[in-house]
Amino acid sequence: MAPLLEVENLRIELTTRDGIAPVIDDLSFTLNAGETLSFVGESGCGKSMTALALMGLLPDKIGRVASGKIIFNNEDLTQASDARLREIRGNDISMIFQEPMTSLNPVFTIGEQIAEVLRAHQGLSRAAAWAKAVELLDAVRIPNPKGRASDYPFQMSGGQRQRAMIAMALACEPKILIADEPTTALDVTVQAQIFDLLTDLRRQTSAAIILITHDMGAVAEMAERMIVMYAGRKAEFGPVDQIITHPRHPYTKGLISCVPHIVSDMTEERPDLIEVPGIVPSLKDFGQDRCLFASRCAYVTDKCQASRPSKKLFSNGQIADCWHAEDL
Amino acid sequence: MPKTLLDVDGLTVRFEVKRGSGWGKKSYLYAVDDISFEVKQGETLSIVGESGSGKTTAALAVARLVPAHSGTVMLDDGNVLEKQGEDLRQTRQKVQFIFQDPYSSLNPRKRADSIVREPLDNLSEKSEDEKTTIVAELFEAVGLRPEQMKLFPHQFSGGQRQRIGIARALATQPELIICDEPVSALDVAVQAQILNLLRKLQREYNLTYLFISHDLGVVQHMSDAIAVMYMGKIVEHADRISLFTSPRHPYTQALLSAVPTVDRTQRAKQKRILIPGDPPDPINLPKGCRFANRCPIAEAQCSQTEPELKDVGQGHKVACHLV
Repeated sequence: MAPLLEVENLRIELTTRDGIAPVIDDLSFTLNAGETLSFVGESGCGKSMTALALMGLLPDKIGRVASGKIIFNNEDLTQASDARLREIRGNDISMIFQEPMTSLNPVFTIGEQIAEVLRAHQGLSRAAAWAKAVELLDAVRIPNPKGRASDYPFQMSGGQRQRAMIAMALACEPKILIADEPTTALDVTVQAQIFDLLTDLRRQTSAAIILITHDMGAVAEMAERMIVMYAGRKAEFGPVDQIITHPRHPYTKGLISCVPHIVSDMTEERPDLIEVPGIVPSLKDFGQDRCLFASRCAYVTDKCQASRPSKKLFSNGQIADCWHAEDL
Repeated sequence: MPKTLLDVDGLTVRFEVKRGSGWGKKSYLYAVDDISFEVKQGETLSIVGESGSGKTTAALAVARLVPAHSGTVMLDDGNVLEKQGEDLRQTRQKVQFIFQDPYSSLNPRKRADSIVREPLDNLSEKSEDEKTTIVAELFEAVGLRPEQMKLFPHQFSGGQRQRIGIARALATQPELIICDEPVSALDVAVQAQILNLLRKLQREYNLTYLFISHDLGVVQHMSDAIAVMYMGKIVEHADRISLFTSPRHPYTQALLSAVPTVDRTQRAKQKRILIPGDPPDPINLPKGCRFANRCPIAEAQCSQTEPELKDVGQGHKVACHLV
């Protein structure tokens, strides 16, 4: 079966004060129908930029796709016209944003905002769109959907707003749902509810989900495959279970071990967390012909400073871009 | 047995809220409702809970940053809530605060060294030379370089700013440091750096932390004892191992089961307990247990009488009728 979405050697450049910087540098991946693929990394590593590029929403005049292809349904989205992209957005690919309070319009009711999507994309009448909006609110388990549809965003709790966002994203039954840190602003019990909801909806509509997050726990629970991004490049790629049990890139390893996890065998002793020193390099250092993680890496050698690591493919499907991947 | 440094008893914080058209009776929102806890010298007590549970308000009240309605906060045999004037100024030296957001808690128009120096200027009678030495020592202790002393906050990264905030909190050599979500605004890798720093400083200076967080993984790593808050009440209070291995209150159980984990055995073991619905309206609290409307095991008595926080063995305290 052909993959639903194919990204080939994507390079996105941003124009900054210091010149042109590649925020996404040679990224390739595929997404199959019905699967969840997760992007992991710190802020400033290019996760959200990838999502925006897929949606054709790169910031105007600043960001552009320099090379590469995004193939969806045999169509290259990087070449598509604005009108065509507008058709695809919402209908085929839609997105849930991080902050439900700032991404909903405060002066329209939730019902109006969901109905707007249906009227614009499916040409429904005002009444039919409203009825469908109420149905959708029910599907995302908002109690009393008929009454709540005429609520404004400020009248809802954070979890309910995020549900309304999900309802809006799912209005036209997209084939791909991009969730950009959908639960970062929410409490853990609400996060658990949202994750359950997303899993159920995926089962019902067989949509593929791209989950962008920095929480390894969330990845382990939600996704089948993951891509670890660092400084605009893919650091590691492969099945989630295998990467978590045996990461092949020092950055992945750091990301897993630097977070205190709740484990089943808890002891009195609490060793210090293994930290990844330093921070993500700034945009102007992106795109150099060396390993960009070298300055923070414990395994660094001269080779890492001299040239960009090539892909190392392992028999279990894991791919790591590191010169020392085999030794880890 | 370390001595008790902070002893909070029956602390209540309420805020006046306007309802209706202004004529009726005043109504109050009880953000923190009659909570009691102790923190031992050199240990860390964490208060966890979801947003709106009152954990930050409780911490602010302990530091006298919001007025408390009733209760006592004993620190070194003196009630912090009753102190006035010069006495209060002396007490402020002993209680310092690390804030959540390192971007808004540092004055953008001051240089890093004067930010760290400010508590010394306001609260202590040290000489100028002494202050300069202390600031230099603090910069080293929190892992900043001496040449960074003359920079402005915007020239630092998030993690470095939080280090400045920590140095500032340490300046007056406080006995109690209140950390209000000190890492939740930081990236995961930087989070680990700050958590390690906080623990290192605790070992070196024998610090006592009151640690506020919603992240149970972080709490598990940082604390010796944990108090779980829900709607202004402490529902469970126990030491670290006891709370995480055998949580007794249904809310704590639900909270723990909701945390996604990378540990496969843990994930297989834990069954997610979903708590449907939303917390009750804090201005119009229901009779009885505040968790009853979302509780999976609630019985008739739960919506009638409010459960007391009672000891169920080895200092593990739970407020639930059914435990």
